Amino acid sequence: MALVTSPVPPALRAKRRRERVRTLAFLSPWLVGFGFFFLYPLVSTVYFSFMSYDGFLPPSFSGLQNWDFVFTKYPPFWTGLANTLWLVVVMVGLRVVFGLGIGMLITKVKTGAGFFRTAFYLPYLAPPVAATMAFAFLLNPGTGPVNHLLGELGLPQPGWFNDPSWSKPALTLLAMWGIGDLMVIFMAALLDVPREQYEAAELDGASAFQRFRYVTLPNISPIVMFAVVTGVIQTMQYYTQAIVAGKVASGVIGGSGQQFDPGYPSGSTWTLPQMVYNLGFQHYDYGSACVVAVVLFALSMAFTSLLLRRRSGFLAED
Amino acid sequence: MTLAPALPREAAAPGSAAGAARTARRRAALHWVAVHALAIAAALFFVLPFVFVFLTSVMTDHQALTSDLWPTHWQWSNFAKVWNTPGFLTWWRNTLLYAAGGTALTVASSLPVAYALAKFRFRGRNLALMAVVSMMMLPPQVTIIPMYLFWAKQLHLTGSLWPLVIPMVFGDAFSIFLLRQFLLTIPRENIEAARIDGCGELRTLLRVVLPMAKPAVAAVALFQFFYCWNDYFGPQIYASENPGAWTLSYGLESFKGAHHTNWNLTMAATLLVMAPVIVLFFFAQRAFVEGVTLTGVKG
Repeated sequence: MALVTSPVPPALRAKRRRERVRTLAFLSPWLVGFGFFFLYPLVSTVYFSFMSYDGFLPPSFSGLQNWDFVFTKYPPFWTGLANTLWLVVVMVGLRVVFGLGIGMLITKVKTGAGFFRTAFYLPYLAPPVAATMAFAFLLNPGTGPVNHLLGELGLPQPGWFNDPSWSKPALTLLAMWGIGDLMVIFMAALLDVPREQYEAAELDGASAFQRFRYVTLPNISPIVMFAVVTGVIQTMQYYTQAIVAGKVASGVIGGSGQQFDPGYPSGSTWTLPQMVYNLGFQHYDYGSACVVAVVLFALSMAFTSLLLRRRSGFLAED
Repeated sequence: MTLAPALPREAAAPGSAAGAARTARRRAALHWVAVHALAIAAALFFVLPFVFVFLTSVMTDHQALTSDLWPTHWQWSNFAKVWNTPGFLTWWRNTLLYAAGGTALTVASSLPVAYALAKFRFRGRNLALMAVVSMMMLPPQVTIIPMYLFWAKQLHLTGSLWPLVIPMVFGDAFSIFLLRQFLLTIPRENIEAARIDGCGELRTLLRVVLPMAKPAVAAVALFQFFYCWNDYFGPQIYASENPGAWTLSYGLESFKGAHHTNWNLTMAATLLVMAPVIVLFFFAQRAFVEGVTLTGVKG
């Protein structure tokens, strides 16, 4: 019997078994959730990407047809990828720079710090649909206060959400308005930089820029990395603001009835998540929608693995 | 005013010492002015959108069609008009039920999982943690098609918010992750002491860990409440076919559709959707900011 030769005493074995049961019991809700709301739909998405399915007739195997369609016969796919790239570079980049700037500003403010912190943070809390509606109004080319003020100053008045070359900058402006999350994260990181390092740099006659470059940046670089990577992952999911801005600006909103093809104007706000919605739920081409979903999954997981690799910051042990 | 301590309050100090002190004082004052001027400019950027939205929300229908910035006649009845729009109260109730119920379920189901991930030693713990993070980072659109087909064709639950609420019984990845980050900071000794006193694991969790983890639980509850309140994609997919099941975030958009060019009513509705979230923030400011910090800065 294995029991006799085992070096582990039976009491300990029983304890270990109890511990395993206990662990499993505590994890069980999530294990079910993980299997049912993550693994199963993921496998199913891959499966459907090889099927032809419209939701009515039973699904039939169609090989690589959907893949071929999305990659070679469906130009909007590349438009969506290009928009995502634009958003990753410009929107994420500006958000990180602006968030760091606002974070530094707030650590230097002495008078009314509480007021400024709240004022800077509040827009982050505005529900995305409401914030987008607000910006669609503020930036509307006809009666919007922003263009009104620009006109008073004799500056050009862009078409914002109605102009294909201004719609992404308008979305970027909206994203910068909601900088509160990054501000708080950077603020905490900046306050953690050891004071002595600044004092030492000052004694060495370092200028303000040199202090930022050689003291601040190296100390907060893990947080900057974190902000960039999570920003990229959020951009992969960019959906609500883009679709709502398009709907409001185009004037096509009638609840469930009227059909609005996202991306207005001219596909300039079109992103991968909207493509899944459009192909699957508006055109009932579940197969092609699943192809896009698989691409979206691959992209998100590639960036998530960057977070996971940097174990020190993200998966730190106690 | 914390400016004072930085300035030496000298008067009689002789010669160059006084001059140096004066220069230092002037530099500090200039720095103060520069920082606060920047802060005021930034505050305008963050606050003015709220102000313009508010000013438009009290304009008359006629004035809202112009590019006027200031209302000539303050028409407060716009808010009552929005409130009494058919459907608005239903959306309000749906949102509140979805957010409150979803929050309670999420906290209850995520805490034990987070506790196990933070404090139990078992094989595959790191793998489980990586799975949680992957799930947290997954765009909801990736799995939406099989999920929709499941809720629509197997359970016939579309046209309601149940497909969004039921999964919360099984833990939420973001909440698990955030709670776990906080539970790591609870000293092992406190837990060992409870065990030695003969507490079972569940009792340890509820009697010892939960009271210590209050700030994190509060933060997770707030985040989840906000998530439900703001959710647009979920209700759009599962509830769009039935206006009786819409939430505020989803209904707000159709409100714009019904009141085509009436920016005043649309902005009043927008403010009514923003208000509860902002009020909640003022009541729970600390918990919230702590939570945001917890998501990013650890280790």
